[in-house]
Amino acid sequence: MSEGGAVTGSVTEFRQSLSDLDTPTTVVPPDELGATLADVIEAPAVGAELPFDDLSLADAPVTLDPSPSQLRAAATGVTGSRMGIASLGTVAVESRADGDEFVGLYPSRHVVVIRASDIRTDLSEAFDWLRAEFAAGRRSFVLATGPSSTGDMGALVQGVHGPEEVHIVIIRDNE
Amino acid sequence: MSDSQRTDADRIRTLLALEGDEIKANTRLFNADRYDAVKAVGEDVHERNRTRAREIKEDAIERLPELIHRTRNAVEENGGTVYVADDAADANRYIAEVAEAEAAETVVKSKSMTTEEIDLNEALEEGGLEIWETDLGEFVIQVAEEAPSHIVGPSLHKSREEITELFEREFDPDESLDSAQKLTAFAREFLGDRIDNAEVGITGANFVMAESGSIALVTNEGNARKCASIPDTHVAVAGIEKIIPSVAELEPFAELISRSATGQEIPQYLSLLTPPVDTPTIDFNRADEPGSGAGDEERDFHLVLIDNGRRAMRQDDDLRETLYCIRCGACANSCANFQSVGGHAFGGETYTGGIATGWEAGIEGNDVAEEFNDLCTGCSRCVNACPVKIDIPWINTVVRDRINRGKDPGFDDLLVDGLVPDEEESGTPLRKRFFGNFETVAKLGSATAPLSNAVASTGIARKAMESVLGIDARRDLPAFERTTLRDWAGERKSRVADPDRRVALYPDVYTNYVQTERGKAAVRVLEALGCEVVVPDVGGSGRAPLSQGMIATAEAKAADAASALLPYVEEGYDVVVVEPSDLAMFRREYEKLLPAETQAQLDEGSYEVLEYVYGLLENGADADAVPAGDGDGVAYHSHCQQRTLGLETYTETVLDRVGYDVLTSDVECCGMAGSFGYKSEYYDLSMDVGETLAEQFEPEVDDRTVVASGTSCMEQLDALLLPGTRHPVELLDPAGR
Repeated sequence: MSEGGAVTGSVTEFRQSLSDLDTPTTVVPPDELGATLADVIEAPAVGAELPFDDLSLADAPVTLDPSPSQLRAAATGVTGSRMGIASLGTVAVESRADGDEFVGLYPSRHVVVIRASDIRTDLSEAFDWLRAEFAAGRRSFVLATGPSSTGDMGALVQGVHGPEEVHIVIIRDNE
Repeated sequence: MSDSQRTDADRIRTLLALEGDEIKANTRLFNADRYDAVKAVGEDVHERNRTRAREIKEDAIERLPELIHRTRNAVEENGGTVYVADDAADANRYIAEVAEAEAAETVVKSKSMTTEEIDLNEALEEGGLEIWETDLGEFVIQVAEEAPSHIVGPSLHKSREEITELFEREFDPDESLDSAQKLTAFAREFLGDRIDNAEVGITGANFVMAESGSIALVTNEGNARKCASIPDTHVAVAGIEKIIPSVAELEPFAELISRSATGQEIPQYLSLLTPPVDTPTIDFNRADEPGSGAGDEERDFHLVLIDNGRRAMRQDDDLRETLYCIRCGACANSCANFQSVGGHAFGGETYTGGIATGWEAGIEGNDVAEEFNDLCTGCSRCVNACPVKIDIPWINTVVRDRINRGKDPGFDDLLVDGLVPDEEESGTPLRKRFFGNFETVAKLGSATAPLSNAVASTGIARKAMESVLGIDARRDLPAFERTTLRDWAGERKSRVADPDRRVALYPDVYTNYVQTERGKAAVRVLEALGCEVVVPDVGGSGRAPLSQGMIATAEAKAADAASALLPYVEEGYDVVVVEPSDLAMFRREYEKLLPAETQAQLDEGSYEVLEYVYGLLENGADADAVPAGDGDGVAYHSHCQQRTLGLETYTETVLDRVGYDVLTSDVECCGMAGSFGYKSEYYDLSMDVGETLAEQFEPEVDDRTVVASGTSCMEQLDALLLPGTRHPVELLDPAGR
């Protein structure tokens, strides 16, 4: 499937997959993004500007272009994602000049904003998308699924080098 | 027992006691989760991914020089550097130079077996650098100054309590680290500071994509992402075999790697990075400036591709497949012996588990592989577990053969060469030749039974066998029958006037000389179901010598067996095999030992005995011709090679169909696996593995008949549980009605 193609992934399945990962989701229309973020953010929060033309973090209670101290002190980091996988509950976080990588890694809560129309059905469709992105010269992504976790200390623990919790905000399509 | 066998026995006993519990719990959990994850995605889909992954690897290794060239071009075009290192010293020198050019004091690392292979940490530390492993398992190992015991979970032999004790001793924290949460939080903070301050971050690369110069990293903790993006300089270290053509070829591996490793559908973080990445550099010296400290440093990227023996492996027809390995650890997790002793026994200087023999032989040499190669019993349970379909038991056999050949001829050789009919060169260890020539022993034992059995069971004989051959005196020996199955069958007239099918029952060494009752039962069952049965004059399949790494002898046996059996196949007989490990020879190993056409013909004409009974019943044979189960209980242990071939279900179905209530064991292997369980240094391990099977069947033995398909499984169950284990075909024997 190419960029801007038909919606194939189901929001319901995406939410179910995330729920299996103990990852909460919120579905909102575009104009409620700011209010929703205010709800799901634990302050202080940092953010990387969203990779969408029509959505922005400018009015949200987050610090964009954070300093190293702000990154370290932040409880929440907000980034956007241009691709999610319904069957897995995965989101793609891009390595961009806005610093998505750090915003998604340092704070213990990672809030990801994704558009419903960007949800793919499964890994196979995700790879169709990745191939198109690579062809377009965008070639660094992390496919992140749930919070960071380890079993190395004798029991499953979340929040190791990455976030302890992830919250996905799904932006319903304009009708 | 020789001195070296005694040392091995002690070492195994110690590891069983110290690490066994944790290794068992963790590997079995991974293994069980793998089965669940494969079932969840669908076995067909999984199989398609395996086939595709195998094709990609075969092609990529074939085209490796070209792919290295393309990788170099792509990385350089992106602004990075590629260095192809011939060996460990070359790689370490280059990486040290990179660190020096960055004036580095601290290096942080994400888990990488390849850097373990080249002992990178030691090399950098000698240059005065501080190195920190950031994967928590690897960090534990670093602090404990130990080697990883598992490819995926380097510290999974350690309990939480042991880690607490270790960290409290080493770091003297303010509060007790008496939970996994506290340990994790401590490590996160400790390592987080070091990552922030490091000048160089080193990662491995699970895959390198030639076309774009990208790397793929698989982690659950997120540490690889931090090591790759927080320090300005990123060095990725990978074996040259990790290259695939492009992101398009990554897809089947993304499906397979975590599912095979830990039973996860996908890792927490699958990073596709094309360095230098666009993420801004971060400058903690300007901690309050926006834009990550508005870091104005250039991002620097070095891809170090390591040969270290791999190009030679690529030229080696038997070791080449090792290069397809994606380091998921499924072979280790599915290995019954590994599940008990882990990689500190079943591994070499770097790599552990089934595939480790291939890696260590290729990278370090046969002498390192020899230290643990005999722990592979050839049970083949790893074959279906491997996501790229590497024939791991074959690699282990080939290396065993090379190790045998490398031995200096001893004084026994003149004597042994005269006595045994094998094809081995002088120097092959006496004990291996004894087990490898078991057919000769069985022939003699049978010809002189019952005297041979009486003599063999005396204390003096057992002591001699233990000291000369290392056969553990605690094991019961097989008792040879004076009348072989073939003699018995030769005396009989066919009982079927108008046969529906004609069967050549293969008289494997055990069925012919030892377990003749199961052979006779097989003949009677097949006759009852309308088959004419003959027992042809044919020798061993070559399984025994193959298990000892005596490939030339196995090849000769295979050729003899095939030339004796194929005329029957050509005349329309079906070859029916009682012993699953011999059927596995025909179906799997003969691919390596015989011309393709011969193997295919024998394979297509051969069946496991209960598989054949199933077929007869499906094609209208009358099930009432064999005794009914009447709802009686059966505790059934299939056989490792039989399960690998997917044949377990035929026995279950047939027994169920004639009215038995069947409970099947779910352990990977009984632990005996042929000659392995007889060897004194492995006796304890063999019994430890068998304990799991015994535990499952123990509560059932009062209510169920214990049956097993394989000879060695029967022997192991008899030793563990009770005398009197039977072969499933004996339950169907009309003579037993």
